[in-house]
Amino acid sequence: MLPSELNSDPVVLALASAEPEAVVGGKLDRGELTLEIAADKIVNVCHHLKKDQKFTRLSTVTAVDWYPEEPRFEVVYHLHSVERNLRLRLKCRVSGASPEIDSVTPVWRGANWYERETFDLFGIRFRHHPGLRRIMLPEDWEGHPLRKDYPVTGTRV
Amino acid sequence: MSDTSIPGVTIVETESQVEQPEVSPRPRRMTLNMGPQHPSTHGVLRLLLELDGETIVSAQPDIGYLHTGIEKEFEVKNYQQGVTLTDRIDYLAPLSNNLCYCLAVEKLLGLEIPPMAQWQRVMLTELTRLNSHLVWLGTHAIDIGAMSVFLYCFREREDILRIFEMYSGQRMMTSYFRIGGLALEPPRAWHQRVKTFIDVFPSRVDEYEELLTNNRIWIGRTQGVGVLPVEDMLDLGVTGPMLRAAGLAWDTRKTQPYSSYEKFDFEIPTRTENDVYARYLVRIEEMRQSARIIQQALAGMPGGRWTADAPHVVLPDREKMKTQMEALIYHFKIVTEGFRVPAGEVYQVIESPRGEIGYYVVSDGTANPYRVHVRGPSFGNLQAVPEMVEGTLIADVIASIGSMDFVLGDSDR
Repeated sequence: MLPSELNSDPVVLALASAEPEAVVGGKLDRGELTLEIAADKIVNVCHHLKKDQKFTRLSTVTAVDWYPEEPRFEVVYHLHSVERNLRLRLKCRVSGASPEIDSVTPVWRGANWYERETFDLFGIRFRHHPGLRRIMLPEDWEGHPLRKDYPVTGTRV
Repeated sequence: MSDTSIPGVTIVETESQVEQPEVSPRPRRMTLNMGPQHPSTHGVLRLLLELDGETIVSAQPDIGYLHTGIEKEFEVKNYQQGVTLTDRIDYLAPLSNNLCYCLAVEKLLGLEIPPMAQWQRVMLTELTRLNSHLVWLGTHAIDIGAMSVFLYCFREREDILRIFEMYSGQRMMTSYFRIGGLALEPPRAWHQRVKTFIDVFPSRVDEYEELLTNNRIWIGRTQGVGVLPVEDMLDLGVTGPMLRAAGLAWDTRKTQPYSSYEKFDFEIPTRTENDVYARYLVRIEEMRQSARIIQQALAGMPGGRWTADAPHVVLPDREKMKTQMEALIYHFKIVTEGFRVPAGEVYQVIESPRGEIGYYVVSDGTANPYRVHVRGPSFGNLQAVPEMVEGTLIADVIASIGSMDFVLGDSDR
């Protein structure tokens, strides 16, 4: 699944030896490295990247809705290593019927609000999150605005 | 809390104390709602503080009051229209947001920006940094009780806003950077105007320092306050001057230069004390460094065009539209449909006055962005509020959150 130019990449090599079968795809586009990770392996992969590969920072967590494709959501993590001056993007596909993925808050505490935001605006549930509730919208809001089937304008009747 | 027990006295829980008439030996906890309309929160931040006397037991930030759905709005605008949304994210650093978004889309398009536009961008984003730091310094000082600094800072800020107005016709929401270069040719007198300002600016920074740096009240209120270990800051997503005041010399302008920052000679100021005072000193020094960058930009500004040679992206000159058929067609296409951007995704990061701004732009090959995610530095910085203020005194909360320099529009988007 991996394109040939990534087979010699040090990040990919170390990750493949630590977590075989975790990387299901990837690309190097416009100088940015993207790795597709199996959704059930995301916490292990992040642990490895932080502990052994010095990705001390989680820059952001967000999602992309590819409605009506299935699996519908792509959860996107942007990692940054200050020491190695390196950035890395991880992606996990999550199904539209039950959008759930493990939380990476045990790895980076900073994931807390980013995952809450992604839950709020996309409706993706992060398992084992310490306090998964809405952060931008009121608690009683219906729907998740950044989904593609949520209208941009108009009031509900 | 059992360590405070006194023999013979039964300690009851906090909730039931309200009904209990007898006086408890332990001070009662109080929940205090600070904000969303608190003058010291610079916007609509709500902090739920649980107090034990004057000590903070827990702090719970509540954000979202300024959420306006900007990320959703991007999806129905074309790429060029999106620039106007970026201004409104961080209203103290609109040009930094303009720049980050433009760089992201230009990376998707593979556009090459002419040197003159790049240098103007550097100069104007550094003026934006001054603008933002001046508002921060003025309001931070006023929170702690130094009223006059505010008046000095806003005097210089006014000059900067006038420069922006001269460039773009707007004081704050300039939208002056466009995909492919600048919106307009720089105005005729720009050089003289910026030079007059920047020649005196370093002496103005001396004035601020005279008011604060050796001020005993200022030192007493800021030194040793708001300390948070650098590892915790990195883990929590804090970026910018706060990290540099903790000794980490990380600045995206140096480590991953964009828009020809590599051609400028400047230093990354750092401190190791990691308190509110150190953050003040770092930002003061950043203002001096920004002034250096602006002076270099003035001295070495390259000539040439201010827009890229990309007729399918950049609107043609009015004159060409009247004489060339192609220019007229491009104009029609760009205005009615916008321009198509090749499919792909980009995460562009720049150093804003507050820290790391990141724009994640996903294109599906059409004229509208498929998804734009904004990583605002204030959002990450605000996450550190509980760990920074818990266990400190309530009076220090104002100093601590002031030193973070957040803008709620930036965190809520």
